[in-house]
Amino acid sequence: MARTLYDKLWDAHVVHQEDNGTALIYVDRHLVHEVTSPQAFEGLKLAGRRLWQAKTVLATPDHNVPTTDRAAGIVDPVSRTQVETLDANCVEFGLNEFRMDDSRQGIVHVIGPEQGFTLPGATLVCGDSHTSTHGAFAALAFGIGTSEVEQVLATQCLWQKKSKAMLVKVDGELPAGLTAKDVALAIIGRIGTAGGNGYAVEFGGAAIRALSMEGRMTLCNMAIEAGARAGMVAADEKTIAYVEGRPQAPKGDDWQQAVACWRTLHSDEGAPFDAVIEFDAALIKPQVTWGTSPEMVLSVEDRVPNPIDAPTAVKKADWERALAYMGLTAGTPIAEIAIDKAFIGSCTNSRIEDLRQAAAVARWAVAQGRRVASNVKLAIVVPGSGLVKSQAEAEGLDKDFLAAGFEWREPGCSMCLAMNADRLEPGERCASTSNRNFEGRQGQGGRTHLVSPAMAAAAAVFGHFVDIRGLMNEARQ
Amino acid sequence: MKPFTTLQGLVAPLDRANVDTDAIIPKQFLKSIKRSGFGPNAFDEWRYLDRGEPDRDCSGRPLNADFVLNRPRYQGASILLTRENFGCGSSREHAPWALEDYGFRAIIASSFADIFFNNCFKNGVLPIVLAADVVERLFVETEAREGYQLTIDLGAQTVTTPAGEAIRFSVDGESKHRLFNGLDDIGLTLLHTDKIKAYEVRRKAEARWLFQ
Repeated sequence: MARTLYDKLWDAHVVHQEDNGTALIYVDRHLVHEVTSPQAFEGLKLAGRRLWQAKTVLATPDHNVPTTDRAAGIVDPVSRTQVETLDANCVEFGLNEFRMDDSRQGIVHVIGPEQGFTLPGATLVCGDSHTSTHGAFAALAFGIGTSEVEQVLATQCLWQKKSKAMLVKVDGELPAGLTAKDVALAIIGRIGTAGGNGYAVEFGGAAIRALSMEGRMTLCNMAIEAGARAGMVAADEKTIAYVEGRPQAPKGDDWQQAVACWRTLHSDEGAPFDAVIEFDAALIKPQVTWGTSPEMVLSVEDRVPNPIDAPTAVKKADWERALAYMGLTAGTPIAEIAIDKAFIGSCTNSRIEDLRQAAAVARWAVAQGRRVASNVKLAIVVPGSGLVKSQAEAEGLDKDFLAAGFEWREPGCSMCLAMNADRLEPGERCASTSNRNFEGRQGQGGRTHLVSPAMAAAAAVFGHFVDIRGLMNEARQ
Repeated sequence: MKPFTTLQGLVAPLDRANVDTDAIIPKQFLKSIKRSGFGPNAFDEWRYLDRGEPDRDCSGRPLNADFVLNRPRYQGASILLTRENFGCGSSREHAPWALEDYGFRAIIASSFADIFFNNCFKNGVLPIVLAADVVERLFVETEAREGYQLTIDLGAQTVTTPAGEAIRFSVDGESKHRLFNGLDDIGLTLLHTDKIKAYEVRRKAEARWLFQ
């Protein structure tokens, strides 16, 4: 029978099947960070349990780490304790950890792929909802809670019910200047933040195949914002080329066998999906969120919506609350919204390709005699890992950013969720390449607009949102 | 884990869709390395007028009188009634920890986000999905009558109103069994140790690179 990619990944990992549909699923890879693991390690210690397979774990601190000079350590004592607790647990349980001062440290969802720890065909989990990112490698990857972190550490397995399968098919060619971020936001705008609830989503179609691995990671990263625990893309030559030669990738004979196996990681012709949604990439425009949920998104050509146009009474109340929180008036052109801060980073958009796109805008600005606008108090660029940072510096991107007035920081989650010192103050408005515009996400009272890296950089330079397509035309002339 | 069998309790209505886990427990409280004590910071940004910080005593903080859970009639509520896609966003298990520590043992909504839904069952909290029109009716009844209580029977899979109407809900058999008996997932998994080891042997033969 024709199987979907999700079927293939699921079938290969069933250890035990209960009659009622619940299955015990084997976990190949487990990423651990400081925020969702301390209670799991404590649980193991209290029960006197050992790890099933310590070598399947890669740990790093990312949420709490400072993005400024690290020589001083972590100033906030509560954050420091959490990072030190991770370090101590990794020593006690014999886990591979990239500590804060390791050049390979970074956001879990950036370092997994970068190290070849994330592999096609694998199951990968982490106590973090954006684990869906790794599905870009035709892996089954999803976020779990701390109780499940403890269970995977102790048993290498999870109790799961199989999700339904959804195909999001994006055909056509994405216009110049648009990115996977715009595709992700456009999808969420259409299906809503609950649209993927109960589904594992496969992204397919010509526009997805045309994306780089970085783009596919951005897209799968945002699957959770559509409510889908797992997002995935079929393996192809790009997938294999990305993995080849990475420190933890298979070598020699193993490599040949692995590649042969990975070439089967796609949905078979005619495989049945429970839902299929189609998009034309050519019609997607630069996306900007206006509210407090990623589904509250429009194109940069649009105007802030009026709650009287909301489709339901519940949505109308949501929109009214969102406009009040965001300090926006219905009818205002999106392109006239002025910002106070810009954040380029996060597990969604902090990889080398993201930084190249943003740096191109910074370079253009400098060539025009422009720099970060005077109304923008802070524009920070936070690479996803130490290795992304070194690569960017080798390409001179740091100089482009600095010359245009952006700050160039150390790697971590940073202002995506403001657990470290990088945050918005009440009322501040931010153009952000992160994944969530929830109330208070980037700091209590902060107002977040989600955009692509180039759109965030352009907003920083102009002081308000601008259409990146127009800017690109200008750059070409 | 605390078993869940039946619960009769006061209902508090949180009339919002897409309540995310950042709202249920804001990020600064995730710095704790403990599993308990999150209740006073549940819905912190909606509940208080000032900025909450970890380890700060909440008893003297200024309350937001407009926030529904601060109204005197809802004090002591153990059932949270809310709207679609409750618990979306971050996977933080601190969200069910905070709700449970606050006093909620059951949450009724027309839908839940997957990870949050799963996390509830690991912590003795029962998430109940009811049709949107039934949820709407419960909102009307809860707001109309002070002291409105519901009775939840997990064994019978019913929510019973004060008028005696029993509304049936579905719950997956395995999750029900574990929650009803307060069973530990890790203990249950380790009963299958032989199968896990057999899987590893089989899998190593076909995908050796995953074990190196």
